[in-house]
Amino acid sequence: MSEHDTLLDVHGLKMHFPIGKSLLAKNRGFIYAVDGVDFSIKRGETLGLVGESGCGKSTTVRAVAQLYKPTAGEVILKGKDLTKMAPHDLLAARKNMQMVFQDPYASLNPRMTAGDIIAEPMRIFQKRGLLDISNDERNDRVEHLMEKVGLSRFFKNRYPHEFSGGQRQRIGIARALALNPELMLCDEPVSALDVSIQSQILNLFKDLQQEFGLTYLFIAHDLAVIQYISDRVAVMYLGVIVEISGSKDLYKNPLHPYTQALLSAAPIPDPKIEAQRQRIILTGDVPSPDKQRPGCYFYDRCQKRMDVCKTCRPQLKTTEEGHQVACFLYHKPE
Amino acid sequence: MTDEVILQVRDLKTYFTVDEGVVKAVDGVSFDLHKGETLGIVGESGSGKSVTNLSIINMIPNPPGKIVGGQVLFSGKDLLKIPASELRHIRGNKISMIFQDPMTSLNPFLKISTQMIETIVLHQGLDKKAAKEKAIEMLKLAGIPAPEKRIDQYPHQFSGGMRQRVMIAMGLSCNPEILIADEPTSALDVTIQAQILELMQELTKRLGTAVILITHSLGVVAGMCDTLCVMYAGRIVERGKTDDIFEDPKHPYTQGLIRSVPRLDKENADRLYSIPGQPPNVIDLPDCCPFYPRCEKAKDICKKKYPPVTGFENGRAVSCWLYAEETK
Amino acid sequence: MARYFIRRALSLIPTLFVIVTLSFFLIRLAPGGPFAREKDVPEFILQNLLKRYHMDEPLGKQYLRYLGDILRWDLGPSFRYRDLSVNEIIDKGLPVSMTLGVTSLVLAVVSGIAVGIISALKQNKWPDYVAVSIAVIGISVPLFVMGPILQLFVGMRWKILPMGQWISVHGIKAIILPALTLSFPYFAYIARLSRASILEVLRSDYIRTARAKGLKESMVVWKHVLKGALLPVVTYLGPAFSGIVVGSVVVETTFLIPGIGRPFVQSALNRDYTLIMGEVIVYSVILIFANLVVDLIYGLLDPRISYK
Repeated sequence: MSEHDTLLDVHGLKMHFPIGKSLLAKNRGFIYAVDGVDFSIKRGETLGLVGESGCGKSTTVRAVAQLYKPTAGEVILKGKDLTKMAPHDLLAARKNMQMVFQDPYASLNPRMTAGDIIAEPMRIFQKRGLLDISNDERNDRVEHLMEKVGLSRFFKNRYPHEFSGGQRQRIGIARALALNPELMLCDEPVSALDVSIQSQILNLFKDLQQEFGLTYLFIAHDLAVIQYISDRVAVMYLGVIVEISGSKDLYKNPLHPYTQALLSAAPIPDPKIEAQRQRIILTGDVPSPDKQRPGCYFYDRCQKRMDVCKTCRPQLKTTEEGHQVACFLYHKPE
Repeated sequence: MTDEVILQVRDLKTYFTVDEGVVKAVDGVSFDLHKGETLGIVGESGSGKSVTNLSIINMIPNPPGKIVGGQVLFSGKDLLKIPASELRHIRGNKISMIFQDPMTSLNPFLKISTQMIETIVLHQGLDKKAAKEKAIEMLKLAGIPAPEKRIDQYPHQFSGGMRQRVMIAMGLSCNPEILIADEPTSALDVTIQAQILELMQELTKRLGTAVILITHSLGVVAGMCDTLCVMYAGRIVERGKTDDIFEDPKHPYTQGLIRSVPRLDKENADRLYSIPGQPPNVIDLPDCCPFYPRCEKAKDICKKKYPPVTGFENGRAVSCWLYAEETK
Repeated sequence: MARYFIRRALSLIPTLFVIVTLSFFLIRLAPGGPFAREKDVPEFILQNLLKRYHMDEPLGKQYLRYLGDILRWDLGPSFRYRDLSVNEIIDKGLPVSMTLGVTSLVLAVVSGIAVGIISALKQNKWPDYVAVSIAVIGISVPLFVMGPILQLFVGMRWKILPMGQWISVHGIKAIILPALTLSFPYFAYIARLSRASILEVLRSDYIRTARAKGLKESMVVWKHVLKGALLPVVTYLGPAFSGIVVGSVVVETTFLIPGIGRPFVQSALNRDYTLIMGEVIVYSVILIFANLVVDLIYGLLDPRISYK
């Protein structure tokens, strides 16, 4: 964590999915899954992205990874805009950016051995002439990676079904590490795991970050997990970021009314604290992201809404506390 | 909560026969449920918490599963011994269940009205019209806006949180004595989870229903439950008042579990505590403490024999050799 | 719903146009022609024949003329059956073939689902084993073996039912053997399909809910299982119907049934261009409508699907 320059810079990222568009049918509108997201991550930092289902956090990560072609915006990794790259350059750039997925059961090919799964990224880059490594070196690296993520190298020839959930997630992490990336995009990597295994994997992420100087963009829906793993936390709601703050400050001093509601809804494993807590219970569900609104996206459910919020959309602005927050309670509309 | 015990589970054993051997999914579980009490059962996947509750109303799919022993005493009868017709009269009526995934737990092909009315007609002997009124009233209690209209819709027209409200309304429609909620909020978002838990708490308190809440989330039990059973590998390793257990967990597994959850309200250490090792393979478990390979306080005896239950004050009971006398 | 139906019905026109165009040119690509088998036809007679059927004109003109004709539902004269027009052949044969096809389909669906239910509810007990064995036989024995076997035993040896020919000759019992033959593979497949999907639904969460509500097992099956479990069967009805249409060609030949199946085969062998085209059009319309009906039934069964 020595050099604090920016590794990833995301500007005005939008991802709109057309509904019901086909060869014959007309486009019946869009799902505005991500609707203008800005953030940056420094080298060696962990940015946590938190929000409820449908808030666009996974889509954001996939658009950053260029698994989807973003509708608009820039994704600048190490000074280069990924959205404007030719396919071959993009492939080369992927070496610096790898993903870990949520479901350790579905994201590993059941017909490949653990060793093959971990070796595959290297094999692909070898084939394209992007990685100069001999097959022996590759095998050594697979074994090395397995030990690094806490798996015995003797498990190399086993298939995914022979591993437990936590061990499979270790395989997924080793696969992501194979190309020695600088940025890891982690899409709910611990959500499917049991409590006792979750803490093991969280610790593994921290250890690897220290050892390899990794930078994480880390998604979770569990606020405690996000707070633990992240340096800064971005809270998303309905396709936009409503607040970014230092993780230590988030629970103590949430600013955006949505962040406040989210934090107060999160259960705390201590009956004494739970007995005294006053919850902000939001009414209703998250609205469907199928229309763009002129005002604040949280307007319908906000307990502190004002008239201006209905017509004017707040932008992320830095406050005195050092948070970035998109809410007119903290800065006047222009 | 009163002292009146309404459900007694005694030495319940449910085994599953699979190709690899016998899975002792539930292996000697005992607990009491008091009138109006909310009892939490926590454990990780495969600990047997869901199987325990399906066993209570004798709904274990057979084959491969079989309840091989124990008793479930409810209103003076053993639910494992009574004829099927009598048991059906208790299911959904005296003891009802709601399940984890509200998206798949309602029949997608039938209207909400059909699904709610059939239960009320079956157990309360009302005619269809009266049953529908009752159903609408329950939906209203469960916080569904415009229930007169919504009742004639299909499940896919409801959001996840709304479907769980429907499940709760349906579960409570016959005013049961016990509501078994199997991970009722695990599939829901945190703000919706808060809504649903509050609703469950409010309604069951109002109706005087006792609740068995199955969950993996320590946060949820901390806020909801009077008493707690911690399960590991098919057995209850610790039980007692929720406050007592969080204050002073006695079993090393409970201790580890509580310590390994990151805390939102506190500064976390740079590294989280974590229980080493993997969850046990529950096939053909030997008669030892299944936690000993992961236990920091394991002794010789732990590898040889399953620990007996040691009782403490205030109804606390722990199965661990740290507290039990080794007898030859 | 009505708008959806009209839109789907209208989409029939471009589909048919493509089918007609492709088949028109494809059959002319095949070697030989309608008069290739005539022996020693003097040149001038052949010329007259070609002229009579407008085959001396350029291909493009023939194509346009044909399009004009079918707009008036005039499928032209048959090349082989000199006294009959294609319209007449189809008018006579189609009701026969439809009777056979629909009877077979209904037989396959009703008995298939019934056996599927029994088999699923008695999983891994003897009724299930019997049903599964019959299904395997049904799927693996081809029509042209099944038909003659039934003819040999039921028709010839035991003389229970007529060996062949149609209602006009033997009355209603003439339909039994050919319909049994034709429906058997589809019955077997539907039985397997409904067994599998009932078993799947029985394991689903909402069935667990239904049981937890205290419903009787019979109520659970009738009210909660069947609707969902039969959707895959409905999906299969489209392919099943087209399979039955194709199969009817074999069965009509085996049982000497005066439908449109036999002339279809003959027309292909004889390069009877107009008859081939006529049959192709008739079969296409039937299949397209069958699929439309299947989609509509699907929409009625599954509330999650709405047609707009």
